[in-house]
Amino acid sequence: MKLSLPSRVGRKAPPAEQRGIVSLADWHRRRIRWTVQTVHVLTLILLIIVGLGPILWLAKAAITPTQDTLRQPMALWPNGFDLSLLTQAFTKVHIERYFMNTVWIAVGSWMCQITVATTAGYALSVLRPRGTRLLYGLVLATLFVPSIVLLVPLYLTVLDMPLVNIKLLDTFWAVWLPAGASAFNVVIIKRFFDNLPREIFEAARVDGAGPFRLFWSIVLPLSRPILGVVSVFAVIATWKDYLWPMLVLPTPANQPLSVRLPTLERGIQLDLFLASLAIATLFPIALFLIFQRMFLRGGGLSGAIKG
Amino acid sequence: MSSRAEPAVAASGVRKRRGPLTWVSRDGLSTLAFLLPLLLIFGIFSWFPILRSFVMSVQETNLVSTPTFVGLDNFANVLGDPLFGTAVANTAYFALLALIFGYPMPLVLAVIMSETRRFRSLYSALAYLPVVVPPVVAVLLWKVFYKGGSNGAFNSILGVVGLGPVQWLGDAAMAMPSIVVEATWAAFGGTVIIYLAALLSVPPELYDAAEVDGASILQKIRYVTLPHLRGILFITLILQLIATAQVFTEPFLLTEGGPGNATTTVLLLIYQYAFGSSLGGHFGEAAALSLMLAAFLGVFTAVYFWLTRSWSTTS
Repeated sequence: MKLSLPSRVGRKAPPAEQRGIVSLADWHRRRIRWTVQTVHVLTLILLIIVGLGPILWLAKAAITPTQDTLRQPMALWPNGFDLSLLTQAFTKVHIERYFMNTVWIAVGSWMCQITVATTAGYALSVLRPRGTRLLYGLVLATLFVPSIVLLVPLYLTVLDMPLVNIKLLDTFWAVWLPAGASAFNVVIIKRFFDNLPREIFEAARVDGAGPFRLFWSIVLPLSRPILGVVSVFAVIATWKDYLWPMLVLPTPANQPLSVRLPTLERGIQLDLFLASLAIATLFPIALFLIFQRMFLRGGGLSGAIKG
Repeated sequence: MSSRAEPAVAASGVRKRRGPLTWVSRDGLSTLAFLLPLLLIFGIFSWFPILRSFVMSVQETNLVSTPTFVGLDNFANVLGDPLFGTAVANTAYFALLALIFGYPMPLVLAVIMSETRRFRSLYSALAYLPVVVPPVVAVLLWKVFYKGGSNGAFNSILGVVGLGPVQWLGDAAMAMPSIVVEATWAAFGGTVIIYLAALLSVPPELYDAAEVDGASILQKIRYVTLPHLRGILFITLILQLIATAQVFTEPFLLTEGGPGNATTTVLLLIYQYAFGSSLGGHFGEAAALSLMLAAFLGVFTAVYFWLTRSWSTTS
C-alpha cells in the first residue's frame, strides 16, 4: 500500500506543473490554442470512431435480427430489436460452457504461472543456491526462442509425455502446464524480489523463520503489487491464446471461446453469431474498465524496460 | 536454526567437507523444493522441446514409425518448396505494410494525446479498447465488416460515395492490406500507451530550454521530443518486426492463406506442414522451417536485448 503512495501524490499535482510541448506562452496565443484544440477534438472523434465504433457496432448487431444487419449494416439505429438473441446464445449455442472452459483454462494457467514464477524467483533471488547464475541464464535463454519453435515439439510432448508416457492431449493440463514455462514472469518476479530489502530477510531468519515461512509470510505479502500485474497479464494471455488451445483441445466440449467461436461461424445464423461474439467481448472489457490503471500503466511497463 | 551454529563450524575449518548431510542441514532440500516447479515445467515444456526441435529438424518423423536420421533433407525440402518463397515474400509484405500503416500513426497519436490537459485517460482508454477485444473476436468481427457484397459493412460506406463494392478478402491484391488494417487496429493501442509513458518522461527543462532558443512547437517536437523517444521507437520497431514475422491468427481465420496462397505466411506454412489436411504430418519440415525463422528472429531479439540491457545499466 505504502509503495504506491508517492505516485498517487504525484498524480494529484496541479496541471500547471505537468508541462509538455505546448508552453503556457504558446497557449496564450489564440491561433495556436485554436489549432491545438481542433487537433485534440478531431483526435477524440477519430478515436471514438476507430476505437469504440466497431465495439458499438457489435453491441448493436448483437440485438439486431440477421436480415437487418445484412441489409443495412451501417444503420445507426436498428429497425427491430431481438433481445432473445442474447438468451439464445446461452440456450442454443451454450456459450456459457465455452465461457467456463475459458475461465477454467485461465484459472489453471494463472495458478501454474504464479507457482512457477514465485517459487523460482524466490529460489533464484533469495535462496541463491550454487548454479543460480547458470539456471537463470537458461531461463533467460528461452526468451530468445520464439514460441513457434516450440509448437511442433511441444505438441508431440503433450501427445506423449517423456518418461511417464501420459497423454495430455484434450485435457486442460495441455494448456495449463506449458503456460507455466514463462521466462518473462520469472524474470519480472525475480527482479522484484531482488529489490526487496535484505534486512527483512535477515531479521526473519534471526527470528527463526525457515525458507518456507520466509516465502509465505514475508516475500509473498510484500510482492502483492507485482503479483497483481503478472496475474492480470496471465489471464489476458490465456483469453487471447488461439493456436495452442486449438491444437491441443480438439473436442468442442473442451474448447475455450477463442477456439470455439471460429467454428461456430459456419454453423449458426449471423445474428446469433454476432451476439455470441459480443458476449465473449463483455468479460475482457469489464476487466479492462475495472483494472484500467493497471492495464494502461502495465502497457507502458512492457515497453519501458529501462525502469 | 542450524545456520546459527554455522559460523563456528566454518571457523574451525570443517567447511570444506560438503557431504550430502551438510547439504540437507543447510536448507538444500527446501531450496530444491522451491526450484522443483521451475525445473519440471521449464524442463518438460521449454528446454526439452527446444532441444527436440533441433533433433526433429534432422529426422524424418511421423507418429507411426520410429524417427530416422535424414541429415539436412528437411531443410532442403523446405527451401525447395515453391510455397517457401511465397510464404517469405508474403510475410515480408505483411511486415512492410504493417510498418507503413501501423508504425508512425501511434507516435502521432501519442504526441497529440500527451498534450491533452483534460480527459487524457479517456483518450488512452479509447485507444486501448481494441487491444482488449480478444484477437479471435476482433478477427471474426472484421471478417463480417469485410463481407464482399455491396451490402457488406465497409462496402456500404464506400457505396455512399459511389465506390466499390470491393472484394476485401476475396481479391488477391486486396487481401493482405485488409488483413494488415485489421491487425493494426487490434494492436495500435498498446504502442500508443508505450509512447505515452515515454513522452511523459521527457524532462520539462528541455522544452524550457528550447523555448529560450525560440523554438516553435514543431521544432520542439523535432529537436526535443523525437530524439528523446529514439530508444523506445527502436524497441517498438524491433518488437513489431518480431511480432509481424510470426503472424498467424489473422490470415488463418480471415483468408486461410488464400486467395491462391496470396496470404500464406511463414507460420501458416509451418502449420500446414505439421497439421494441415493436405500437407500434414511433415513434422521434420515444420521443425526445420521453425528453426530457420527462429535464427532469423534471433538476430532481432539479440539486438533488442542488447539495447534494453545497455540502457538499463547506463541510466
